[in-house]
Amino acid sequence: MKDFSNKYIFIFSVVMVVSVAILLSLTALLLQPTQEKNVEVEKKMNILSSINVTSTKIDAVTLYDRYIRESFVINTGGKHIEGVDAFTVSLRAEHKKPEEEQYLPVFTAVMDNGDTLHIFPLEGKGLWGPIWGYVSLKPDMNTIAGVTFDHKGETPGLGAEINTTPFESQFLEKSIYEDGRFVSVAVIKGVADKSDRHEVDGISGGTITSKALEAMLRDGLIKYEKYFNDNRK
Amino acid sequence: MENVEKEPLLSAKNIKLLTNPLGHDNPITVQVLGICSALAVTVKMKPALVMAISVTLVVALANLIIAMMRKSIPGRIRIIVQLVVIATLVIIVDQFLKAFAFDVSKQLSVFVGLIITNCILMGRLEAFAMANDPWPSFLDGLGNGAGYGLILVIVSFFRELLGSGTVMGYQVMEKIGFYKTGYEDNGMMILPPMALIVVGIIIWVQRSRNKSLIETR
Repeated sequence: MKDFSNKYIFIFSVVMVVSVAILLSLTALLLQPTQEKNVEVEKKMNILSSINVTSTKIDAVTLYDRYIRESFVINTGGKHIEGVDAFTVSLRAEHKKPEEEQYLPVFTAVMDNGDTLHIFPLEGKGLWGPIWGYVSLKPDMNTIAGVTFDHKGETPGLGAEINTTPFESQFLEKSIYEDGRFVSVAVIKGVADKSDRHEVDGISGGTITSKALEAMLRDGLIKYEKYFNDNRK
Repeated sequence: MENVEKEPLLSAKNIKLLTNPLGHDNPITVQVLGICSALAVTVKMKPALVMAISVTLVVALANLIIAMMRKSIPGRIRIIVQLVVIATLVIIVDQFLKAFAFDVSKQLSVFVGLIITNCILMGRLEAFAMANDPWPSFLDGLGNGAGYGLILVIVSFFRELLGSGTVMGYQVMEKIGFYKTGYEDNGMMILPPMALIVVGIIIWVQRSRNKSLIETR
């Protein structure tokens, strides 16, 4: 290896860093629209999946327009807030605000059998990063019609299992109220009592993620309590 | 260099660069590099496979780029230069996965970014690409990536089969009807320590078949 002068090393570093910066910015800029589209389609697929409509990347947008009837933002007092697009509300940003100023998105869907389902987005902290999901409730505002969960970086095979059907399907027909009191659904370490309407099995090896999901469900849904009470049929 | 006869692209020596890392010069079982990610992404086969492909791609290209630049890289900052090349490639791979293989990129999440810290990459750049021509370096990268991937796939196969009863997400154990005989998935297989033990077993089997790998005192 030759011995290079300090000047050479300096110029070499500058040229290298600048060209790498240009290359990376170009890649990021060129791929950004595709990536954003992916995120939007995925969000629509998630919302659809929480009302048990299976969609693919191709038909997600059409199906979303067909089933999702309304989307609006309320506050913890259950009042509608005008001029905010529910689809673009970032719950993570909302969580940083004081509770009474938070925007709470609600989506309603009309199913093929005429039932109206109410969909509530959730967001929480998993073991390694954010976890989120959507819960849809039947018109009684108590029975869970469907859920979907996802995560940014939970451990593959362990916590990451929260976004799989075997885990999610346990929530069907569970209820979040007991004798008119909000109790949410607990994620039990080990095996839950199948007949209990308020608990599901946790993930073995993924206890922290399971507990985080339980907290996300409880803390996320309780903010909608006023809405539940006002719209219960 | 001018007097050296041009050797064919896939000469015996070059083929060795490709095949050695698969066997007696394997990066994981013999060089003991890249162990950390071998523990992290081997719970399921699919992420392990994508990880193997990504690492192979990055190490081959990084080797190629460094080998092409090697005469102009100042020795004093060579490690930084190597890191910059690796990091750039990894970020590009990550961006492409996000744009065109969104599902897989979500499954791998942080581990794609962590390819940067995979010791195999720096190891090969420093040990091979800095001293060899681009083509052999490229082959060396492919070989080492494949050697790494091979172990990843073997480990993830056993961990997924015994830990979750599936292979590539397909319910094998259930289809065979194993569960009816009272068999249960071994939850321990999905915990990280079992990856180490599986790697250990592979090393044991390999050394008992190839005595030349056993260190002499």
